Amino acid sequence: MNEVWLKAPKVDRRFKADDRVVMAHGGGGRMMAELIRGVFGHHFNNSLLAQAHDVAVMPQPAGRIVVSTDGHVISPMFFPGGDIGSLAVHGTLNDVAMGGAMPIALTAGFIIEEGFPLADLDRIAESMGKAARDAGVRIATGDTKVVERGKGDGVFITTTGIGVVPDHLDIGPHAVRSGMAVILSGTLGDHGVAIMSSRAGLEFGTSIVSDSAALHRMVADVVDAAPGTALLRDPTRGGLSSTMNELVEGRPYGVLLDEASIPVKPEVASACELLGLDPLHIANEGKMICICPPEQASAALAAMRRHPEGRDAALIGQVVSDKPGFVRMTTAIGGMRVVDWLSGEQLPRIC
Amino acid sequence: MKYVDEFRDRQLAEKLAAAIRAEADPKRIYNFMEFCGGHTHAIFRYGVQDLVPDNVNFVHGPGCPVCILPIRRLDDAIELAERPEVILCSYGDMLRVPASKRRSLMKAKADGADVRMVYSTLDALDIARANPDKQVVFLGIGFETTTPPTALAIEQARAEGIENFSVFCNHVLTPAAIRHILDAPEIDPEQAVRLDGFLGPSHVSTVIGSRPYEFLSDKYAKPVVIAGFEPLDVMQSVLMLIRQVNEGRVDVENQYTRVVTRMGNEKAQDLVAKIFEVRDTFEWRGLGSVPDSALSIREEYAQFDAEKRFEISEKVSREVKSCECPSILRGVKKPKDCKLFGKACTPESPMGSCMVSSEGACAAYWTYRRAETLAEMALEAAE
Repeated sequence: MNEVWLKAPKVDRRFKADDRVVMAHGGGGRMMAELIRGVFGHHFNNSLLAQAHDVAVMPQPAGRIVVSTDGHVISPMFFPGGDIGSLAVHGTLNDVAMGGAMPIALTAGFIIEEGFPLADLDRIAESMGKAARDAGVRIATGDTKVVERGKGDGVFITTTGIGVVPDHLDIGPHAVRSGMAVILSGTLGDHGVAIMSSRAGLEFGTSIVSDSAALHRMVADVVDAAPGTALLRDPTRGGLSSTMNELVEGRPYGVLLDEASIPVKPEVASACELLGLDPLHIANEGKMICICPPEQASAALAAMRRHPEGRDAALIGQVVSDKPGFVRMTTAIGGMRVVDWLSGEQLPRIC
Repeated sequence: MKYVDEFRDRQLAEKLAAAIRAEADPKRIYNFMEFCGGHTHAIFRYGVQDLVPDNVNFVHGPGCPVCILPIRRLDDAIELAERPEVILCSYGDMLRVPASKRRSLMKAKADGADVRMVYSTLDALDIARANPDKQVVFLGIGFETTTPPTALAIEQARAEGIENFSVFCNHVLTPAAIRHILDAPEIDPEQAVRLDGFLGPSHVSTVIGSRPYEFLSDKYAKPVVIAGFEPLDVMQSVLMLIRQVNEGRVDVENQYTRVVTRMGNEKAQDLVAKIFEVRDTFEWRGLGSVPDSALSIREEYAQFDAEKRFEISEKVSREVKSCECPSILRGVKKPKDCKLFGKACTPESPMGSCMVSSEGACAAYWTYRRAETLAEMALEAAE
């Protein structure tokens, strides 16, 4: 795709360190226009946004259109390895990518609480702009609302992504067959543990950073190497266990995982031991599951491992006809157990 | 992960499994009670029963502090939380436990009560310091493992003169409960489970040592092996118990030597003794009134005792009818014997306490062995 990145338009960006968002920033008047130009326009600048229109108009691409939307409310907003801005870009790009699609554009809706520091908003917008540029995707249009103090919690960001999926791919739970391989692109639990380590009341020193990353380029290589790919999923909230249980519920197949082959960083494993958590329940923001025919598994693995975000990829199990509707696992010591949904909430507001 | 992975090693597990198969007498049935919910969880989490022969049975004991807290005490905690001046602090597990009339601390919180989840008693003290115009009540629950931190918080509150902090004390004692279970057959021989030995608590024993279990071998002629919480600890302890049974020995043995000594942590014991005294009797969910089985705060520290600071109303508390938690906690029934299991009662909408805590037997069966348990239930229903 021929990307056009404009030079930053000349706008007034002289806000002071203690400047804060006020109600008028969402009021539709001059202050709102200045905020949009000075912060969002400055950091997101691209040809679609520069149309300065209520809609972004773009040419019709070849293939089928994929669309996905995701709200981001994470607390804390800045965490090791990312922030709400980069997460809002990666999260939605990955949802689009899990359809086997190449994302082409994003929209962004901001709900900002009155009193939020402008410098923080600028930092978030900068991070969003960088994440989008790195991913080669434009933020095409957006919306800004300000709510009274106490009616929000800093900033909530909703992003919607559109993408294009090639006609020959058939991805979805209906395409999954017993005997297929289950591949995980890397270590589990990095994002959730990074968030926990920086959350008030639970701060613990760790070198773990969030795995937040855009996966669409890796997806493109995987579906190229393994064209029989039946399913792609990103194990975000609820972790691998919820993703797998969602898949098998009501289906004529089950999944059998092998605990010993599931990659988990030692630091993450230690934090989980300490806090009584199961890495299989913890959120990830830069990992994917690929289910493909067994004869294409090594090609899919090799394709993942060519990308930095897939270097720890591993074959972790298979789709089985035994005990349909259940996710089960051979444990580290060779016993058997069910891998259940996360019950209740493990941590509020993780993405 | 060092010091953990070694105790989850597959090759070693297979060696232990082979030794257990070789030494367990096929003409015998071995019923071993793991007292602690921590063991129950480890057994299910790692599928330990898949590695032992069918004639070695785990009987799940009442060692889950969330599960045995009587519903009446939980109703009292909710009443405390609902007082406008109170911030009630609790460990996270307690929040979802069903109380009378399907209430819970979580529902009280949704209705406006100030209930906070803490990871440590010292967090509750921080909340007291930060809210001098509020009364901060810590809901103290647990066995001998969690009692010293509660004692520490009370000691600290007195040293600093923190006046708006108190503890609603529900700390309970392990040896008294084991004694009670062994006395139970005399009370109701119909309901007796023949127990051939005990897997002794691991974390509790780090505090109290192995000495308090010696009455089990001396007076009740039951073998005990203090066992660590890792799957290989459990398997090795099972092997040690099988050997005791086969050889006709009744000893208190210690598998968990890397942490547990005979005398335990005497500093912690001294601190607990300074602040708490033994209650004459205390009600346990499932076991009923158990003499000398719980602690209350000594008179010298009465100002930190929520039961003395606040007037708590008399109330009639009711368990859900047909919930089998009481029999399950005594090891008399299995979760599959309960009509509610997996139907009206799941971890998302628990009717009884055994389904709430990850250490509860019902939650363990549901979470880790649901496929097999539901199949068994269907088979039994068909018969």
